[in-house]
Amino acid sequence: MKRNRPSIYGLLAEFESAEHVLDAAKRAYADGYRKLEAYSPFPVEGLDEAIGFHRSRVPLIVLMGGIAGGLTGFGMECFSAIYHYPINVGGRPLFSWPAFIPVTFELTVLFAAFSAVLGMLALNGLPKPYHPLFNVERFVLHGHDRFFLCVEATDAKFDRETTKRFLESLQPKGVYEVEP
Amino acid sequence: MSERNDSLRSQLDRIQWCALVIGLLCVTGCATAGRLDAAQFFRSWFVAFLFWIGLPLGCLVILMIHHLAGGRWGFGVRRLLEAGTRTLPVMALLFIPLLFGLQALYIWARPEAVAADALLQHKQPYLNVPFFLVRAAIYFAVWLALAWRLDRAAAAQDQTPGPGVTQRLTALSGGGLVAYGVTMTFAAVDWAMSLEPEWFSTVYGVLIMTGQVLGGFALVIIVAALLMKQKPLADAMTAVQFHDLGKFLFTFVVFWAYIAFAQYLIIWAGNLPEETSWYHRRFEGGWSGVGIFLMIFHFFVPFFLLLSADLKRRPGALAAVAAGVLVVCVVDVFWIVKPAFAKNGFSVHWMDVAALAGIGGLWVAAFVRQLKGRSLVPAHDARVEEELRWA
Repeated sequence: MKRNRPSIYGLLAEFESAEHVLDAAKRAYADGYRKLEAYSPFPVEGLDEAIGFHRSRVPLIVLMGGIAGGLTGFGMECFSAIYHYPINVGGRPLFSWPAFIPVTFELTVLFAAFSAVLGMLALNGLPKPYHPLFNVERFVLHGHDRFFLCVEATDAKFDRETTKRFLESLQPKGVYEVEP
Repeated sequence: MSERNDSLRSQLDRIQWCALVIGLLCVTGCATAGRLDAAQFFRSWFVAFLFWIGLPLGCLVILMIHHLAGGRWGFGVRRLLEAGTRTLPVMALLFIPLLFGLQALYIWARPEAVAADALLQHKQPYLNVPFFLVRAAIYFAVWLALAWRLDRAAAAQDQTPGPGVTQRLTALSGGGLVAYGVTMTFAAVDWAMSLEPEWFSTVYGVLIMTGQVLGGFALVIIVAALLMKQKPLADAMTAVQFHDLGKFLFTFVVFWAYIAFAQYLIIWAGNLPEETSWYHRRFEGGWSGVGIFLMIFHFFVPFFLLLSADLKRRPGALAAVAAGVLVVCVVDVFWIVKPAFAKNGFSVHWMDVAALAGIGGLWVAAFVRQLKGRSLVPAHDARVEEELRWA
Protein backbone atom coordinates (compact mmCIF):
# COMPACT_ATOMS: atom_id res chain seq x y z
CA MET A 1 0.00 0.00 0.00
CA LYS A 2 1.35 3.37 -0.97
CA ARG A 3 1.37 5.80 1.88
CA ASN A 4 1.91 9.46 2.21
CA ARG A 5 5.47 9.08 3.52
CA PRO A 6 7.87 11.85 2.57
CA SER A 7 11.38 11.62 3.90
CA ILE A 8 11.33 12.96 7.44
CA TYR A 9 12.92 11.46 10.57
CA GLY A 10 9.73 11.60 12.57
CA LEU A 11 7.33 13.76 14.54
CA LEU A 12 8.30 15.30 17.84
CA ALA A 13 5.83 16.38 20.51
CA GLU A 14 6.82 18.67 23.36
CA PHE A 15 5.37 18.36 26.87
CA GLU A 16 5.79 20.41 30.02
CA SER A 17 5.65 17.76 32.72
CA ALA A 18 6.82 14.22 33.38
CA GLU A 19 3.26 13.05 34.10
CA HIS A 20 2.06 14.46 30.80
CA VAL A 21 4.75 12.79 28.67
CA LEU A 22 4.27 9.51 30.54
CA ASP A 23 0.55 9.60 29.84
CA ALA A 24 1.16 10.53 26.20
CA ALA A 25 3.67 7.71 25.76
CA LYS A 26 1.20 5.20 27.20
CA ARG A 27 -1.54 6.37 24.88
CA ALA A 28 0.73 6.34 21.83
CA TYR A 29 1.81 2.80 22.64
CA ALA A 30 -1.81 1.76 23.18
CA ASP A 31 -2.67 3.33 19.81
CA GLY A 32 -0.25 0.91 18.15
CA TYR A 33 2.91 2.99 17.73
CA ARG A 34 6.08 1.00 18.42
CA LYS A 35 9.00 3.14 17.16
CA LEU A 36 8.70 5.57 20.04
CA GLU A 37 11.44 7.41 21.83
CA ALA A 38 11.12 9.72 24.82
CA TYR A 39 13.57 12.42 25.94
CA SER A 40 13.57 13.93 29.41
CA PRO A 41 15.94 16.01 31.56
CA PHE A 42 15.86 13.34 34.31
CA PRO A 43 14.86 9.66 34.48
CA VAL A 44 11.08 9.36 34.63
CA GLU A 45 9.98 6.21 36.39
CA GLY A 46 7.87 3.97 34.16
CA LEU A 47 8.62 5.91 30.96
CA ASP A 48 10.86 3.16 29.56
CA GLU A 49 8.09 0.59 30.03
CA ALA A 50 5.54 3.01 28.56
CA ILE A 51 7.38 3.22 25.23
CA GLY A 52 7.68 -0.55 25.13
CA PHE A 53 11.30 -0.83 26.26
CA HIS A 54 11.39 -3.93 28.42
CA ARG A 55 14.77 -5.47 28.32
CA SER A 56 18.23 -4.07 28.02
CA ARG A 57 20.94 -6.38 26.73
CA VAL A 58 23.56 -4.63 28.88
CA PRO A 59 23.34 -7.23 31.72
CA LEU A 60 24.19 -10.04 29.30
CA ILE A 61 27.19 -8.09 27.97
CA VAL A 62 28.33 -7.44 31.56
CA LEU A 63 28.05 -11.15 32.38
CA MET A 64 30.12 -12.08 29.34
CA GLY A 65 32.67 -9.40 30.21
CA GLY A 66 32.87 -10.62 33.80
CA ILE A 67 33.39 -14.24 32.77
CA ALA A 68 36.01 -13.19 30.21
CA GLY A 69 37.77 -11.12 32.89
CA GLY A 70 37.77 -13.96 35.38
CA LEU A 71 39.18 -16.40 32.83
CA THR A 72 41.79 -13.88 31.72
CA GLY A 73 42.94 -13.23 35.28
CA PHE A 74 43.10 -16.88 36.28
CA GLY A 75 44.66 -17.85 32.95
CA MET A 76 47.31 -15.16 33.19
CA GLU A 77 48.25 -16.26 36.71
CA CYS A 78 48.43 -19.92 35.68
CA PHE A 79 50.47 -19.11 32.60
CA SER A 80 53.05 -17.01 34.42
CA ALA A 81 53.29 -19.11 37.59
CA ILE A 82 53.34 -22.56 35.99
CA TYR A 83 54.80 -22.24 32.46
CA HIS A 84 56.41 -18.93 31.84
CA TYR A 85 58.29 -18.23 35.04
CA PRO A 86 57.91 -21.15 37.47
CA ILE A 87 59.41 -20.25 40.82
CA ASN A 88 59.35 -22.04 44.17
CA VAL A 89 57.71 -19.81 46.80
CA GLY A 90 58.11 -21.26 50.28
CA GLY A 91 57.73 -24.81 48.99
CA ARG A 92 54.19 -24.21 47.73
CA PRO A 93 53.00 -26.00 44.59
CA LEU A 94 53.29 -24.05 41.33
CA PHE A 95 49.52 -24.22 40.93
CA SER A 96 48.70 -22.31 44.13
CA TRP A 97 45.16 -21.31 43.23
CA PRO A 98 44.31 -19.34 46.40
CA ALA A 99 46.97 -16.81 45.45
CA PHE A 100 45.42 -16.42 42.01
CA ILE A 101 41.97 -15.48 43.28
CA PRO A 102 42.55 -11.77 44.06
CA VAL A 103 43.74 -11.06 40.50
CA THR A 104 40.90 -13.18 39.10
CA PHE A 105 38.40 -11.22 41.17
CA GLU A 106 39.82 -7.83 40.25
CA LEU A 107 39.92 -8.57 36.53
CA THR A 108 36.35 -9.92 36.70
CA VAL A 109 35.21 -6.60 38.17
CA LEU A 110 37.35 -4.55 35.76
CA PHE A 111 36.17 -6.33 32.62
CA ALA A 112 32.55 -6.31 33.81
CA ALA A 113 32.69 -2.57 34.51
CA PHE A 114 34.26 -1.79 31.14
CA SER A 115 31.76 -3.96 29.30
CA ALA A 116 28.93 -2.18 31.14
CA VAL A 117 30.09 1.26 29.96
CA LEU A 118 31.18 0.25 26.46
CA GLY A 119 28.17 -2.05 25.96
CA MET A 120 25.81 0.76 26.99
CA LEU A 121 27.49 3.16 24.53
CA ALA A 122 27.43 0.60 21.72
CA LEU A 123 23.75 -0.30 22.25
CA ASN A 124 22.86 3.39 22.32
CA GLY A 125 24.71 3.90 19.05
CA LEU A 126 27.11 6.35 20.69
CA PRO A 127 29.17 8.33 19.96
CA LYS A 128 26.90 9.91 17.36
CA PRO A 129 28.15 13.18 15.90
CA TYR A 130 24.86 13.94 14.13
CA HIS A 131 21.29 13.38 15.24
CA PRO A 132 18.30 14.66 13.24
CA LEU A 133 16.39 15.64 16.39
CA PHE A 134 18.65 18.65 16.87
CA ASN A 135 17.22 20.07 13.64
CA VAL A 136 14.25 21.00 15.83
CA GLU A 137 15.44 24.11 17.58
CA ARG A 138 13.38 23.58 20.74
CA PHE A 139 14.79 20.08 21.26
CA VAL A 140 17.76 21.47 23.27
CA LEU A 141 15.20 22.09 26.05
CA HIS A 142 15.12 18.33 26.74
CA GLY A 143 18.20 19.05 28.83
CA HIS A 144 16.39 21.74 30.83
CA ASP A 145 12.73 21.40 31.70
CA ARG A 146 10.87 19.99 28.70
CA PHE A 147 9.86 16.44 27.85
CA PHE A 148 9.70 15.13 24.29
CA LEU A 149 8.03 12.16 22.68
CA CYS A 150 9.16 11.22 19.19
CA VAL A 151 7.29 8.91 16.79
CA GLU A 152 9.86 7.84 14.24
CA ALA A 153 8.98 7.63 10.56
CA THR A 154 10.10 3.99 10.37
CA ASP A 155 7.07 3.01 12.47
CA ALA A 156 4.71 0.78 10.48
CA LYS A 157 1.75 2.87 11.58
CA PHE A 158 3.46 6.21 10.83
CA ASP A 159 1.61 8.58 8.59
CA ARG A 160 2.60 12.21 8.41
CA GLU A 161 -0.93 13.60 8.69
CA THR A 162 -2.74 11.11 10.92
CA THR A 163 0.19 10.75 13.29
CA LYS A 164 0.41 14.51 13.56
CA ARG A 165 -3.30 14.73 14.34
CA PHE A 166 -2.92 11.96 16.89
CA LEU A 167 -0.02 13.70 18.64
CA GLU A 168 -1.95 16.98 18.67
CA SER A 169 -4.84 15.18 20.34
CA LEU A 170 -2.52 14.50 23.30
CA GLN A 171 -2.44 18.25 23.99
CA PRO A 172 1.29 18.85 23.76
CA LYS A 173 2.97 22.25 23.86
CA GLY A 174 3.76 21.75 20.20
CA VAL A 175 4.32 19.15 17.47
CA TYR A 176 7.31 19.50 15.16
CA GLU A 177 8.42 17.72 12.03
CA VAL A 178 11.97 16.46 12.30
CA GLU A 179 14.13 16.91 9.19
CA PRO A 180 16.22 13.82 8.47
CA MET B 1 -11.15 -7.05 54.64
CA SER B 2 -11.75 -8.36 58.16
CA GLU B 3 -12.41 -11.82 56.75
CA ARG B 4 -9.05 -11.75 55.01
CA ASN B 5 -7.28 -10.64 58.15
CA ASP B 6 -9.04 -13.39 60.08
CA SER B 7 -7.70 -16.04 57.72
CA LEU B 8 -4.22 -14.51 58.02
CA ARG B 9 -4.57 -14.54 61.79
CA SER B 10 -5.67 -18.15 61.98
CA GLN B 11 -2.84 -19.12 59.63
CA LEU B 12 -0.33 -17.37 61.91
CA ASP B 13 -1.95 -18.96 64.98
CA ARG B 14 -1.47 -22.41 63.44
CA ILE B 15 2.19 -21.78 62.65
CA GLN B 16 2.78 -20.41 66.14
CA TRP B 17 1.28 -23.44 67.88
CA CYS B 18 3.02 -25.97 65.63
CA ALA B 19 6.36 -24.26 66.21
CA LEU B 20 5.76 -24.08 69.94
CA VAL B 21 4.86 -27.78 70.22
CA ILE B 22 7.84 -28.88 68.09
CA GLY B 23 10.12 -26.57 70.06
CA LEU B 24 8.97 -27.79 73.46
CA LEU B 25 9.14 -31.47 72.43
CA CYS B 26 12.68 -31.13 71.08
CA VAL B 27 13.91 -29.06 74.02
CA THR B 28 12.43 -31.62 76.44
CA GLY B 29 14.06 -34.42 74.48
CA CYS B 30 17.42 -32.68 74.55
CA ALA B 31 17.14 -31.87 78.24
CA THR B 32 16.27 -35.48 79.09
CA ALA B 33 19.12 -36.88 77.02
CA GLY B 34 21.37 -34.18 78.42
CA ARG B 35 21.21 -35.82 81.83
CA LEU B 36 23.07 -38.78 80.35
CA ASP B 37 25.43 -36.91 78.04
CA ALA B 38 25.79 -33.38 79.37
CA ALA B 39 28.79 -32.45 77.18
CA GLN B 40 26.94 -33.36 73.97
CA PHE B 41 23.88 -31.43 75.13
CA PHE B 42 25.84 -28.23 75.67
CA ARG B 43 27.70 -28.55 72.37
CA SER B 44 24.53 -29.14 70.38
CA TRP B 45 22.71 -26.39 72.25
CA PHE B 46 25.57 -23.97 71.59
CA VAL B 47 25.60 -24.56 67.82
CA ALA B 48 21.83 -24.13 67.66
CA PHE B 49 21.97 -21.02 69.84
CA LEU B 50 24.69 -19.40 67.73
CA PHE B 51 22.64 -19.91 64.59
CA TRP B 52 19.29 -18.73 65.94
CA ILE B 53 20.60 -15.62 67.72
CA GLY B 54 21.86 -14.58 64.30
CA LEU B 55 18.31 -14.03 63.06
CA PRO B 56 17.12 -11.42 65.61
CA LEU B 57 20.51 -9.70 65.51
CA GLY B 58 20.49 -9.75 61.71
CA CYS B 59 17.00 -8.20 61.82
CA LEU B 60 18.31 -5.53 64.22
CA VAL B 61 21.14 -4.62 61.84
CA ILE B 62 18.91 -4.46 58.75
CA LEU B 63 16.36 -2.37 60.65
CA MET B 64 19.03 0.13 61.71
CA ILE B 65 20.44 0.27 58.17
CA HIS B 66 16.95 1.08 56.94
CA HIS B 67 16.42 3.79 59.55
CA LEU B 68 19.74 5.33 58.56
CA ALA B 69 19.54 5.05 54.79
CA GLY B 70 15.81 4.98 54.12
CA GLY B 71 14.38 3.53 50.95
CA ARG B 72 11.16 1.82 49.98
CA TRP B 73 12.77 -1.63 50.14
CA GLY B 74 12.55 -1.56 53.92
CA PHE B 75 9.10 -0.06 54.38
CA GLY B 76 7.20 -3.28 53.68
CA VAL B 77 9.43 -5.50 55.80
CA ARG B 78 10.00 -3.12 58.71
CA ARG B 79 7.38 -4.79 60.88
CA LEU B 80 8.92 -8.20 60.20
CA LEU B 81 12.33 -6.87 61.23
CA GLU B 82 10.90 -5.25 64.35
CA ALA B 83 9.15 -8.48 65.28
CA GLY B 84 12.52 -10.21 64.86
CA THR B 85 14.27 -7.81 67.21
CA ARG B 86 11.55 -8.26 69.84
CA THR B 87 12.46 -11.95 70.09
CA LEU B 88 15.86 -11.08 71.60
CA PRO B 89 14.62 -11.57 75.21
CA VAL B 90 13.71 -15.18 74.30
CA MET B 91 17.22 -15.74 72.95
CA ALA B 92 18.67 -14.22 76.13
CA LEU B 93 16.70 -16.80 78.15
CA LEU B 94 17.87 -19.62 75.87
CA PHE B 95 21.47 -18.51 76.48
CA ILE B 96 21.18 -19.25 80.21
CA PRO B 97 21.48 -23.09 79.91
CA LEU B 98 24.93 -22.60 78.37
CA LEU B 99 26.16 -20.95 81.57
CA PHE B 100 25.96 -24.34 83.30
CA GLY B 101 28.12 -25.96 80.64
CA LEU B 102 31.05 -23.57 80.30
CA GLN B 103 33.46 -26.25 81.47
CA ALA B 104 32.13 -28.71 78.90
CA LEU B 105 32.41 -26.13 76.12
CA TYR B 106 35.57 -24.17 76.83
CA ILE B 107 38.98 -25.58 77.63
CA TRP B 108 39.96 -22.29 79.28
CA ALA B 109 37.16 -22.78 81.82
CA ARG B 110 38.74 -26.01 83.14
CA PRO B 111 41.22 -25.15 85.91
CA GLU B 112 43.27 -28.35 85.42
CA ALA B 113 43.67 -27.64 81.68
CA VAL B 114 44.73 -24.05 82.37
CA ALA B 115 47.26 -25.21 84.98
CA ALA B 116 48.88 -27.46 82.37
CA ASP B 117 49.06 -24.92 79.54
CA ALA B 118 51.22 -21.79 79.53
CA LEU B 119 49.27 -20.22 76.66
CA LEU B 120 45.96 -20.52 78.51
CA GLN B 121 47.56 -19.00 81.60
CA HIS B 122 48.76 -16.13 79.47
CA LYS B 123 45.25 -15.56 78.13
CA GLN B 124 43.56 -15.97 81.50
CA PRO B 125 43.16 -12.26 82.28
CA TYR B 126 40.63 -12.18 79.42
CA LEU B 127 39.45 -15.78 79.15
CA ASN B 128 38.10 -16.51 82.61
CA VAL B 129 34.60 -17.39 83.75
CA PRO B 130 33.61 -14.27 85.78
CA PHE B 131 34.79 -11.84 83.09
CA PHE B 132 33.11 -13.98 80.40
CA LEU B 133 29.80 -13.70 82.26
CA VAL B 134 30.14 -9.94 82.73
CA ARG B 135 30.86 -9.47 79.03
CA ALA B 136 27.94 -11.66 77.96
CA ALA B 137 25.67 -9.61 80.24
CA ILE B 138 26.93 -6.41 78.62
CA TYR B 139 26.31 -7.73 75.09
CA PHE B 140 22.75 -8.73 75.87
CA ALA B 141 22.13 -5.46 77.75
CA VAL B 142 23.27 -3.44 74.72
CA TRP B 143 21.22 -5.48 72.23
CA LEU B 144 18.08 -5.55 74.36
CA ALA B 145 18.31 -1.82 75.08
CA LEU B 146 18.76 -1.05 71.38
CA ALA B 147 15.89 -3.28 70.31
CA TRP B 148 13.64 -1.88 73.03
CA ARG B 149 14.35 1.79 72.26
CA LEU B 150 13.96 1.29 68.50
CA ASP B 151 10.69 -0.51 69.13
CA ARG B 152 9.37 2.24 71.41
CA ALA B 153 10.24 4.91 68.85
CA ALA B 154 8.61 2.91 66.05
CA ALA B 155 5.44 2.57 68.12
CA ALA B 156 5.48 6.33 68.75
CA GLN B 157 5.91 6.93 65.03
CA ASP B 158 2.65 5.15 64.30
CA GLN B 159 0.81 7.58 66.62
CA THR B 160 2.45 10.82 65.56
CA PRO B 161 3.19 11.67 61.95
CA GLY B 162 5.99 14.09 61.22
CA PRO B 163 9.76 14.02 60.96
CA GLY B 164 10.56 14.21 64.71
CA VAL B 165 10.41 10.51 65.53
CA THR B 166 12.02 9.57 62.24
CA GLN B 167 15.03 11.72 63.14
CA ARG B 168 15.22 10.07 66.56
CA LEU B 169 15.21 6.62 64.91
CA THR B 170 17.99 7.71 62.55
CA ALA B 171 20.18 9.04 65.35
CA LEU B 172 19.59 5.92 67.44
CA SER B 173 20.48 3.67 64.51
CA GLY B 174 23.77 5.43 63.76
CA GLY B 175 25.11 4.81 67.24
CA GLY B 176 23.35 1.47 67.39
CA LEU B 177 25.20 0.05 64.40
CA VAL B 178 28.54 0.99 65.95
CA ALA B 179 27.48 -0.56 69.26
CA TYR B 180 26.40 -3.74 67.48
CA GLY B 181 29.67 -3.94 65.54
CA VAL B 182 31.75 -3.68 68.70
CA THR B 183 29.65 -5.99 70.90
CA MET B 184 29.13 -8.65 68.24
CA THR B 185 32.86 -8.74 67.42
CA PHE B 186 33.62 -9.41 71.06
CA ALA B 187 30.72 -11.85 71.39
CA ALA B 188 31.99 -13.84 68.41
CA VAL B 189 35.47 -13.97 69.92
CA ASP B 190 34.17 -14.89 73.38
CA TRP B 191 31.59 -17.46 72.41
CA ALA B 192 32.88 -19.15 69.27
CA MET B 193 36.53 -18.28 68.64
CA SER B 194 37.61 -19.09 72.22
CA LEU B 195 36.49 -22.69 71.67
CA GLU B 196 39.97 -23.05 70.16
CA PRO B 197 41.83 -20.55 72.35
CA GLU B 198 45.22 -21.10 70.69
CA TRP B 199 43.86 -19.73 67.41
CA PHE B 200 42.89 -16.18 66.40
CA SER B 201 41.62 -14.31 63.37
CA THR B 202 40.87 -10.60 63.31
CA VAL B 203 38.17 -10.91 60.66
CA TYR B 204 36.27 -13.56 62.63
CA GLY B 205 33.70 -11.14 64.06
CA VAL B 206 32.90 -9.73 60.63
CA LEU B 207 32.45 -13.25 59.28
CA ILE B 208 29.91 -14.08 62.00
CA MET B 209 28.12 -10.74 61.52
CA THR B 210 27.90 -11.27 57.76
CA GLY B 211 26.24 -14.61 58.39
CA GLN B 212 23.75 -12.91 60.72
CA VAL B 213 22.77 -10.19 58.25
CA LEU B 214 22.53 -12.74 55.45
CA GLY B 215 20.26 -14.87 57.63
CA GLY B 216 18.18 -11.79 58.49
CA PHE B 217 17.60 -10.96 54.83
CA ALA B 218 16.79 -14.58 53.99
CA LEU B 219 14.29 -14.64 56.85
CA VAL B 220 12.39 -11.48 55.87
CA ILE B 221 12.27 -12.53 52.21
CA ILE B 222 10.72 -15.87 53.16
CA VAL B 223 8.20 -14.35 55.59
CA ALA B 224 7.29 -11.49 53.24
CA ALA B 225 6.73 -13.95 50.37
CA LEU B 226 4.46 -16.04 52.62
CA LEU B 227 2.42 -13.07 53.85
CA MET B 228 2.24 -11.01 50.66
CA LYS B 229 -0.77 -12.86 49.29
CA GLN B 230 -2.96 -11.13 51.85
CA LYS B 231 -3.55 -7.57 52.89
CA PRO B 232 -2.00 -5.39 54.19
CA LEU B 233 1.40 -6.62 53.00
CA ALA B 234 0.07 -7.21 49.48
CA ASP B 235 0.06 -3.43 48.89
CA ALA B 236 3.46 -2.74 50.44
CA MET B 237 5.37 -5.58 48.80
CA THR B 238 5.58 -5.56 45.01
CA ALA B 239 8.04 -7.08 42.57
CA VAL B 240 10.22 -3.96 42.96
CA GLN B 241 10.62 -4.49 46.71
CA PHE B 242 11.46 -8.16 46.25
CA HIS B 243 13.96 -7.19 43.57
CA ASP B 244 15.67 -4.88 46.08
CA LEU B 245 15.70 -7.49 48.85
CA GLY B 246 17.08 -10.00 46.35
CA LYS B 247 19.92 -7.60 45.57
CA PHE B 248 20.69 -7.37 49.29
CA LEU B 249 20.71 -11.16 49.56
CA PHE B 250 23.08 -11.30 46.60
CA THR B 251 25.33 -8.64 48.14
CA PHE B 252 25.70 -10.50 51.40
CA VAL B 253 26.26 -13.85 49.68
CA VAL B 254 29.17 -12.21 47.85
CA PHE B 255 30.37 -10.40 50.96
CA TRP B 256 30.37 -13.65 52.95
CA ALA B 257 32.49 -15.31 50.26
CA TYR B 258 34.82 -12.31 50.18
CA ILE B 259 35.39 -12.32 53.95
CA ALA B 260 35.59 -16.11 54.26
CA PHE B 261 38.12 -16.27 51.45
CA ALA B 262 40.11 -13.29 52.78
CA GLN B 263 40.58 -15.10 56.09
CA TYR B 264 41.60 -18.29 54.30
CA LEU B 265 43.99 -16.58 51.90
CA ILE B 266 45.83 -14.68 54.63
CA ILE B 267 46.25 -17.77 56.78
CA TRP B 268 47.24 -19.87 53.76
CA ALA B 269 49.80 -17.30 52.65
CA GLY B 270 51.25 -16.85 56.15
CA ASN B 271 51.40 -20.62 56.64
CA LEU B 272 52.10 -20.36 60.38
CA PRO B 273 51.36 -23.45 62.51
CA GLU B 274 49.32 -21.58 65.15
CA GLU B 275 47.09 -20.09 62.45
CA THR B 276 46.69 -23.04 60.06
CA SER B 277 45.57 -25.40 62.85
CA TRP B 278 42.00 -24.10 62.52
CA TYR B 279 41.79 -25.02 58.84
CA HIS B 280 43.64 -28.31 59.32
CA ARG B 281 40.94 -29.37 61.73
CA ARG B 282 38.30 -28.39 59.16
CA PHE B 283 39.94 -30.15 56.23
CA GLU B 284 40.37 -33.52 57.91
CA GLY B 285 38.14 -36.48 58.69
CA GLY B 286 35.22 -35.64 56.43
CA TRP B 287 35.02 -31.93 57.30
CA SER B 288 36.59 -30.98 53.95
CA GLY B 289 33.41 -32.26 52.26
CA VAL B 290 31.39 -29.78 54.34
CA GLY B 291 33.82 -27.02 53.37
CA ILE B 292 33.44 -27.81 49.67
CA PHE B 293 29.66 -27.94 50.14
CA LEU B 294 29.82 -24.43 51.61
CA MET B 295 31.92 -23.15 48.70
CA ILE B 296 29.37 -24.46 46.23
CA PHE B 297 26.10 -23.77 48.02
CA HIS B 298 27.02 -20.76 50.14
CA PHE B 299 28.54 -18.95 47.18
CA PHE B 300 28.48 -20.32 43.63
CA VAL B 301 24.89 -21.60 43.42
CA PRO B 302 23.14 -18.59 45.07
CA PHE B 303 25.53 -16.23 43.24
CA PHE B 304 24.59 -17.45 39.79
CA LEU B 305 20.90 -17.86 40.65
CA LEU B 306 20.64 -14.35 42.08
CA LEU B 307 22.30 -12.79 39.05
CA SER B 308 18.95 -13.16 37.31
CA ALA B 309 16.70 -10.10 37.62
CA ASP B 310 13.65 -12.21 36.75
CA LEU B 311 14.24 -14.55 39.66
CA LYS B 312 14.64 -11.67 42.12
CA ARG B 313 11.32 -10.18 41.01
CA ARG B 314 9.38 -13.43 41.58
CA PRO B 315 8.63 -13.71 45.34
CA GLY B 316 8.19 -17.50 45.28
CA ALA B 317 11.45 -18.21 43.49
CA LEU B 318 13.37 -15.67 45.57
CA ALA B 319 11.95 -17.14 48.78
CA ALA B 320 13.07 -20.61 47.66
CA VAL B 321 16.63 -19.36 47.15
CA ALA B 322 16.46 -17.54 50.51
CA ALA B 323 15.32 -20.75 52.23
CA GLY B 324 18.28 -22.56 50.68
CA VAL B 325 20.62 -19.82 51.88
CA LEU B 326 19.18 -20.07 55.40
CA VAL B 327 19.81 -23.83 55.49
CA VAL B 328 23.37 -23.32 54.27
CA CYS B 329 23.84 -20.69 57.01
CA VAL B 330 23.13 -23.48 59.53
CA VAL B 331 25.78 -25.64 57.86
CA ASP B 332 28.17 -22.68 57.99
CA VAL B 333 27.75 -22.24 61.76
CA PHE B 334 28.08 -26.01 62.16
CA TRP B 335 31.34 -26.05 60.15
CA ILE B 336 32.76 -23.11 62.09
CA VAL B 337 31.94 -24.49 65.55
CA LYS B 338 31.62 -28.25 65.48
CA PRO B 339 35.17 -29.30 64.45
CA ALA B 340 36.38 -27.71 67.70
CA PHE B 341 34.57 -30.49 69.60
CA ALA B 342 34.56 -33.42 67.19
CA LYS B 343 38.23 -34.30 67.21
CA ASN B 344 37.55 -37.63 65.49
CA GLY B 345 36.20 -36.27 62.24
CA PHE B 346 32.84 -35.29 60.85
CA SER B 347 29.79 -36.42 62.76
CA VAL B 348 26.24 -35.26 63.37
CA HIS B 349 24.66 -36.21 66.69
CA TRP B 350 20.88 -36.51 66.86
CA MET B 351 20.93 -33.88 69.57
CA ASP B 352 22.50 -31.39 67.09
CA VAL B 353 19.35 -31.66 65.00
CA ALA B 354 17.01 -31.74 68.00
CA ALA B 355 18.55 -28.66 69.61
CA LEU B 356 18.33 -26.80 66.30
CA ALA B 357 14.65 -27.71 65.98
CA GLY B 358 14.03 -27.04 69.69
CA ILE B 359 15.47 -23.53 69.87
CA GLY B 360 14.15 -22.92 66.35
CA GLY B 361 10.60 -23.92 67.30
CA LEU B 362 10.60 -21.65 70.34
CA TRP B 363 12.10 -18.80 68.34
CA VAL B 364 9.62 -19.13 65.47
CA ALA B 365 6.74 -19.22 67.96
CA ALA B 366 8.04 -16.05 69.61
CA PHE B 367 8.56 -14.39 66.23
CA VAL B 368 5.03 -15.15 65.03
CA ARG B 369 3.62 -13.97 68.36
CA GLN B 370 5.41 -10.64 67.95
CA LEU B 371 4.31 -10.45 64.31
CA LYS B 372 0.66 -10.65 65.33
CA GLY B 373 1.05 -7.93 67.92
CA ARG B 374 1.20 -5.01 65.48
CA SER B 375 -0.23 -4.05 62.13
CA LEU B 376 2.00 -5.49 59.42
CA VAL B 377 2.64 -2.15 57.72
CA PRO B 378 3.83 1.00 59.51
CA ALA B 379 1.32 3.86 59.60
CA HIS B 380 3.81 6.68 59.03
CA ASP B 381 7.30 7.19 57.83
CA ALA B 382 8.11 10.78 56.95
CA ARG B 383 10.89 9.81 54.60
CA VAL B 384 8.91 7.17 52.73
CA GLU B 385 5.96 9.53 52.37
CA GLU B 386 8.36 12.04 50.84
CA GLU B 387 9.55 9.44 48.37
CA LEU B 388 6.07 8.26 47.48
CA ARG B 389 5.17 11.82 46.56
CA TRP B 390 7.81 11.75 43.84
CA ALA B 391 7.02 8.29 42.55
